[in-house]
Amino acid sequence: MPGDTGYVQALDLACGALLLTAVLIVWRRELAVLIRVFAVQGLAVAGLVAVLAAHERSAELAAVAVGLAVLRAGILPAVLRRALAKAGQARRETRPLVNVAASLLAVAVLTMLAYAVSQPLIALAPSAATQAVPVGMTVVLIGFFVLVTRRRALSQLVGFLLMDNGITAVGFLTTSGAGLAVELGVSLDVLLAVLVLQVLASRMWDTFGSADLDELRELRDS
Amino acid sequence: MTTLLLAPVLVPLLGAVVYLVIGWGPATRYVGTGSAALMLAAAIGTAVLVAGSGPRTTLAGIIRVDALSAFMLIVIGAVALLATTAIPAYLGAEIAAGRASGRTAARHALLVQLFLAAMALAVLAANLGVLWVAVEATTIVTAFLVGQRRTRTAIEAAWKYVVICSTGIALALLGTFLLNFAAQHAPGTPGLDLAALTAAAHGLDPGVTRIAVVLLVIGFGAKAGLAPLHAWLPDAHSQAPAPVSALMSGVLLSVAFYAILRVKVVADAALGAGFARALLIVMALASLVLAASLLLAQRDYKRMLAYSSIEHLGLVAFGAAVGGPLALAAVLLHILGHGLVKGVLFLTAGRMLQTEGTSRIDGVHGLAARQPLLAGCLGLGTLALIGLPPFSVFASELGIARSGFAAGLGWLTAAALLLVVVIAAALIGHTSRMVLGAPPDGPGAATAPLRPPGTLAVTLVAGLLAGAALGITAGPLHSLLTLAAATLTGAP
Repeated sequence: MPGDTGYVQALDLACGALLLTAVLIVWRRELAVLIRVFAVQGLAVAGLVAVLAAHERSAELAAVAVGLAVLRAGILPAVLRRALAKAGQARRETRPLVNVAASLLAVAVLTMLAYAVSQPLIALAPSAATQAVPVGMTVVLIGFFVLVTRRRALSQLVGFLLMDNGITAVGFLTTSGAGLAVELGVSLDVLLAVLVLQVLASRMWDTFGSADLDELRELRDS
Repeated sequence: MTTLLLAPVLVPLLGAVVYLVIGWGPATRYVGTGSAALMLAAAIGTAVLVAGSGPRTTLAGIIRVDALSAFMLIVIGAVALLATTAIPAYLGAEIAAGRASGRTAARHALLVQLFLAAMALAVLAANLGVLWVAVEATTIVTAFLVGQRRTRTAIEAAWKYVVICSTGIALALLGTFLLNFAAQHAPGTPGLDLAALTAAAHGLDPGVTRIAVVLLVIGFGAKAGLAPLHAWLPDAHSQAPAPVSALMSGVLLSVAFYAILRVKVVADAALGAGFARALLIVMALASLVLAASLLLAQRDYKRMLAYSSIEHLGLVAFGAAVGGPLALAAVLLHILGHGLVKGVLFLTAGRMLQTEGTSRIDGVHGLAARQPLLAGCLGLGTLALIGLPPFSVFASELGIARSGFAAGLGWLTAAALLLVVVIAAALIGHTSRMVLGAPPDGPGAATAPLRPPGTLAVTLVAGLLAGAALGITAGPLHSLLTLAAATLTGAP
């Protein structure tokens, strides 16, 4: 089909943007930059769904794409910016557990792992969309990596959302979503979880004077 | 009939509306208890209906009730009745001590009602996606309950709770999407409907299903407090207000495990019994080892109860891994028996924290001499927890162990039992130090009178009696247990 090359290129472009933004989040330390990159990634996820919608000529998917763009490039970054404004001068991820060079190396390893894990998925239904699944898996693993290696509450939050973007991408690349009711519920749950975490982070700021998770050392078994 | 099936979700939602509109006061204090009692009644009605005429589906196929759902509803209703009856006394003491206000009390009661509604929806869901949404919703509504006291430790516990559980649940979401993918390429395209998935499981692609099952079991296992993503549990359970700890430990963990049970049915049909069994046994034994090692030198009695919950969920996972009708019936009985006893123990611990002013084990001496009723509930509850007859935990642990040996898992079962014995010794040691011994000279850091409120005393004794009665005879529950176990062995 003549339209197919355009579809594959658009798909690859969206996936490339997804992966690039994930790597940028590992690379950069300034929290304000992280939030901006995260908003771009939200657009990439929405763009990915829009490409799929155009390919399948599905109005429902197109509506989902618009909803995703509003949520992930608009509302969630706004929530994060509010949390950042509250945090005042602590605008940089200081003393992460793993330095930049090692982090980028880890990302390379995670990418290979994601490709290995995704093989059965591609084998089940080879298509342009499933070929791109490893990118989504990589973003999930990178998000998990950010979540466990960062110490600022806000960068952990970005890690969690990165995972979630990856999962959404995998979900739409494998099937066209899991039904509208589930999709709505999932989005609502993610939004609420982020709001809850934002409120907790600002309470942490009020009580501890910082949202550095190193301060979280009161609870342990000894 | 639809009303009866939906009542366990709708009644607590109405209760939440009452607290939202009217707030906390003498008139609304027992609305939560009434709602829990109605939930339990609806659960029993549903159980009778389902046992008589088979599973029912309603609300455009979103809700499906079979014997297992009905049994889980009974567990939720029973433990909720215990916890909500104790809430007025607990919040009264907190308000008197200046740690809570009318506003926090109203919010507490409201969130507890939403929590109950979300758990009921989870066990009623016909669709794995809806089940996921409901389990994640429980995390969101309980986050502020865990952090209610707004101290450093409470906020820390709430943060860890939301981050770890949401991450675990995110893995489960990825697993759900992958299972959906496998289902779309299976004959009959069952989608995420659990009954249809089970029926069409033979056609699922094994490679994709294997990844999906690992993600689902580890993900929901996080919420069930199973290793490796258990780290939130001791913090959240020790920092949450006592009635919330009772609900989280008594039912929330088992509702999350219910999701694993449903996934396991699909996994067994698609991949053979060995795959989910190996995964669950590793997680179960890891949880038991972890609980044993951290219980031996435990210094905090609320954390002690929390680690004991990890132990019991480990046992439940072990029983589920063994499989077969006897083991699964024992697992379900264990869920109910543990829920009741652990509920009583957390309520007791909450009262102890209010009267003794410390949660350290070495801060409590001679409880028997000063607060005989509380000490009796703590002592008997601990005996019930370690599996002494006549309490039902004895019967269910025996059932799990017997079927473990019968299924040819002799060495693994023996290892699990050894860990259970170690844990029992640790629990007895810690508890006897608190219950027995001479009372300290002079008044300690007491913040409340030493006579427990009447409603609390009745709740504690009723919970223990229910646990004991269940151990002597399962009575009418017996046929429900058999039916529910049958739904898990692949029978319709």
